[in-house]
Formats: sequence, structure tokens, C-alpha cells
Amino acid sequence: MKPALVLKNLSKTYKNGVQALKGIDLEVPEGEFFALLGPNGAGKTTAIGIVTSLVNKTGGAVEVFGHDIDRELEVAKSCIGLVPQEINFNMFETCLTIVVNQAGFYGIPRSLAKQRAEKYLKQLQLWEKRNSIARSLSGGMKRRLMIARALMHEPRLLILDEPTAGVDIEIRRSMWVFLREINDSGTTIILTTHYLEEAENLCRQIAIIDGGRIIERDSMANVLRKLQTEIFVFNVRASLQRAPALQGFTAHLIDEHTLEVEMSKEQSLNDIFAQFSAAGIDVTSMRNKVNRLEELFIRLVDAKPAQPAAAVLPA
Amino acid sequence: MRAPSRARTDWIGFQTIIIREFNRIARIWGQTLVPPAVTATLYFVIFGSLIGRRVGSVGGFDYMQYIAPGLIMMTVITNSYANVVSSFFGAKFGKHIEELLVSPLPNWLILTGYIGGGVLRGLLVGSVVTVVALFFTHLAIHNVFATVSAVLLTSVVFALGGFINAIFAKNFDQISWFPTFVLTPLTYLGGVFYSINMLPDWARAASHANPILYMVSAFRFGFLGTTDVDLRLAFGIMIGAAVFMFTLAVQLLNRGTGIRD
Ligand SMILES: Nc1ncnc2c1ncn2[C@@H]1O[C@H](COP(=O)(O)OP(=O)(O)OP(=O)(O)O)[C@@H](O)[C@H]1O
Ligand SMILES: [Mg+2]
Repeated sequence: MKPALVLKNLSKTYKNGVQALKGIDLEVPEGEFFALLGPNGAGKTTAIGIVTSLVNKTGGAVEVFGHDIDRELEVAKSCIGLVPQEINFNMFETCLTIVVNQAGFYGIPRSLAKQRAEKYLKQLQLWEKRNSIARSLSGGMKRRLMIARALMHEPRLLILDEPTAGVDIEIRRSMWVFLREINDSGTTIILTTHYLEEAENLCRQIAIIDGGRIIERDSMANVLRKLQTEIFVFNVRASLQRAPALQGFTAHLIDEHTLEVEMSKEQSLNDIFAQFSAAGIDVTSMRNKVNRLEELFIRLVDAKPAQPAAAVLPA
Repeated sequence: MRAPSRARTDWIGFQTIIIREFNRIARIWGQTLVPPAVTATLYFVIFGSLIGRRVGSVGGFDYMQYIAPGLIMMTVITNSYANVVSSFFGAKFGKHIEELLVSPLPNWLILTGYIGGGVLRGLLVGSVVTVVALFFTHLAIHNVFATVSAVLLTSVVFALGGFINAIFAKNFDQISWFPTFVLTPLTYLGGVFYSINMLPDWARAASHANPILYMVSAFRFGFLGTTDVDLRLAFGIMIGAAVFMFTLAVQLLNRGTGIRD
């Protein structure tokens, strides 16, 4: 079975000199639900743009189900459905027109396109809006319309670039259920998101891209296991002059009412509280310092090996 | 399920572009269909009825009859161009060109679809003006083949022109520059309102460098059977321009000029 997507040494330098991709290799097996994560400007949208013919590559190769985009572009394109990061439909067309026309561009006869339009617009709760022009939709509805549009030719590979940005939690969860069903029915899905919760919920495999390079490619479970420590922020009632000495932990005084303590997975919060009590420190509130995705990025990006040393390069 | 043939999926894709272009023309009919009819009526009233009466006859025809084919052609030129330049630039600007770029439609077919849309509007509006003309004068067709092929080729050439303009345009100013400063002057100087035989020698010679003269003349020949230029040359120029511009436009699309970073 050919992988759904293979990127080989893919690179991109924009005309303004920005090196958005510095030679990435990636393989996404068929049937996978795959997360492509990375901070802003990492190169995710650029990579997706090259795969979907919206961006010209500078170097490297792309294969979609074994079809090289340099040699079998049209076949490769017909396998992919794209939900882009930015809204890109004609604001003056109706929802129904937008999805039916998109099917037409993929060669789907109009009668079949209309059946599918009903199916997908209903599934994405847009059927009542079918005759409204796109401009009149709310932000979340526009995102869902882009998902319906991407499904009209029933692609084998669905690529979603931040599909849930700006979507409320209820709709987001119903979108998760929907995407999981699509994946269960055999469609390979690649998703980018800035919500780790989303990637955790949906994806089995992830790649993390930063500064145009893949810095991590592993199963979700393995990556999460690497998140060994967490930082907690404690607000205290009395003003402190210096951080208290804690057994087995290091506390940092941020200001006179705020302490930060780093804790590994094996340690217990009870232990910290016991020591606070013993020291007579009254904790009024507590929270995690950063969301887990940020923490993951910070850890991985900081831990990223330096540029390969001259010694490891072939002579 | 066997995959449908490429020819069939391509054909459906092409039809879809045409349907979308037609709907766009119909949706904004106040911008696309009405103004040319109003302008044409004004031209017929002013140049035809009021001034034309004093001009007398041109090449053996009354002035109104002489300018009618010219005015129809002018409308076709302007509208074929305008439709493609604004539709394609709008698609670039609104990003919905991406709907086509991600699809498996080959570039030459995307181009053909947009050209089809331009020709459609050119012919629609041309027909409106023809009907208006019939209120003012009598139009007989001398040579159907010349009439039809001249109007189709001209429409294709200017639709292609609009497409190439839209590819290079970076803002709305750049889609109105060419029509205002090049297209309109060349059209007015292309024998729409006069026969170049009425001009002094130097101006007549200079007019022969204007491609629009050949198009208008060939079209007028279709109606009146009279021409200012060599018809073989006229059709040669139209076909040559269409082939050259089509090739150029496909190459620009393949390279992604103006649409892909
Ligand atoms: N059209 C463009 N022209 C020039 N530079 C660009 C262009 N598009 C993106 N870039 C640059 O390329 C780099 C990667 O951008 P890209 O959009 O791929 O990031 P991303 O990972 O999708 O980020 P985000 O999470 O913010 O969407 C950035 O430095 C960006 O500024
Ligand atoms: Mg992005």
C-alpha cells in the first residue's frame, strides 16, 4: 500500500528570501489521522500549499498515493481535499453554489454533486443556510463550509489547515466527531492546529515542524510521554521577600505574591502543599504556567539539536 | 467503481466554469448588461441620428448603417475584455482562484473556461446592441461566415487580453489602465465611426498598424460587403493573435505568474 503522502527533501524559498522549508522529509501512511504541529511561521501552510499546488516548490519531491506531483499532477490533485487556513470562497456566491461548483471542478456530474451537497451541508449543519451568500455566514459557519467543499469529491486524503480556528467549543467538538467518522471510513487526514487538546483527541501520529525543519516525528503517545515536567504558578497571601526552600522542588519568586514551581510527573502536588503549610505560606490560587502545546513546543524547540557539526558531515 | 474518463471530468469542469461565469454576468447584470445597452443607444442617437444626418453616406451606405457594425464590435471588444479581467482578477483578489488551482483541471482548460465566459458576455452584450441598432437602422447580412468568425475571433482575442492583464495586475488600478489608455483609443481609431479612406494619407497608413481596424473591417464586411483592409490579412491577424496569446497565457498559468508564490 502506497503512503498517502510522501515529502522528500522538500524546500521552499519565497521571493523575498524567506526560507520557509529547509528540506523536510515526511511520510504519512494511508488511513492515518496525522497532526502537523508547529509555532506560527513554522512552515506548515507552506508545506500544505506545495502539496496542493498553491505554492511552487523550490526543491524536493511530493508523492500523493504514489503519484508524483511533477509527473502525475492531475491524478495527485484529484486524491486531495483541502480546507485552507484562510477563507477562500467567493463571498457573493451561495453555499450551495460554492460546493456544487467545486464538485464540478473535480469532474463530478451536477446531479451527483447536488446529492452530495445536501449530504455534506446537512452533516455540517449548513443546510438551512444553503441559499445564503457566503458573506452572510458567521466565521465558524465559513470554516464548516470549507470542510463541506473539500469533501465534495470524496478525497482519499483530506488536509485541514487550522479548521477549528475561531470555532466555539461545542461546534469544535462536533467537528471532531465528524472528522473521526470520516477517518474511520478510510480517509487519511492531515490536520494542523494550535490546540494540543485537538491533536491529542484526534491524531495518532504527529510531526512537529519549526523554522522549516521537522524536529519531531512520532506517535502522539510517545510525544506526550516526553512532557515530563510541568510548571505551576502559585499566588500567595502574604508578601514574600524570597522564594522558600522546598525539599525536592525549586521555587522561583516572580513577584512578592507569586511563586513558580517546576514539578515532574512522579512528584505530587500534595508534597508541595504540605511544605507550603509547614512554612506558613497561604496559597490563594494556583494554575498551570503555559498550555501544554506551548510547553511541548518550547521543550522540543529548545532541545532541538544544534546545526549538524562539521565532523558528522561526509568528508 | 471505474474512474470516469479524463475527457469527461474535464468537460464537466469546463462547463462548471462557464456556468459560474454566466451566473456572475447575470448576478451583476446592472454592471454587465445594462451599461453597454445605454451607451449604445446614446451613440446611435447622437452619432447616428443627430450628427449622422449631416455626414451623409460613407462608402455608399448611410452613416447609421455604416457605424452599426463598428459599434457592435466595440461593445464585443470592451465586454469580452472587461469580463475576463474583472472576473479573473476578482478571483485572484478574493482568493477563490484557489478553488480552481487545487482542482485537477488542467491550466489550458481553466483558461478556456474564462475565455468562454468572456466570449459569452461579449456575444450577449453584442446581441443587445444589435437589437438596439435595429431600432435605428436596417441591418442585412452579406456574409454569415465572415460576420460570425470575425466576432468570435475578436472576442477570443480580447478575452485573452483581459486574462493576461489580470494575471499581471496587482491592484484594481492595473486592471483599468490598459482598457482606458490603450483599448479605448485603439478602438475609436480603429474605424468604428469612419472609413479610413476619409483620412489623410499618413493617418490611413498609421491606421494599418492598429489591429482593431482589421477586426472591425472584417466584421463590417460581413454585414455590408465593403472593407477597408485585406480580409485574408485581417483573419490572419486575428487567428495569429489568438494562438499567440493563448500560448502565452497557458505558459503564465503553468509558471504560476501572479497566482502562485
Ligand atoms: N507568500 C509568502 N511570501 C513570503 N513569505 C511567506 C509567504 N507565505 C509565508 N511566508 C513566510 O514563510 C514562513 C512560513 O509561513 P507559513 O505560513 O508556512 O507558516 P505556518 O506554519 O503555517 O504558520 P501559522 O501557524 O502562523 O499559520 C513564514 O516566515 C512566513 O512569513
Ligand atoms: Mg499556517
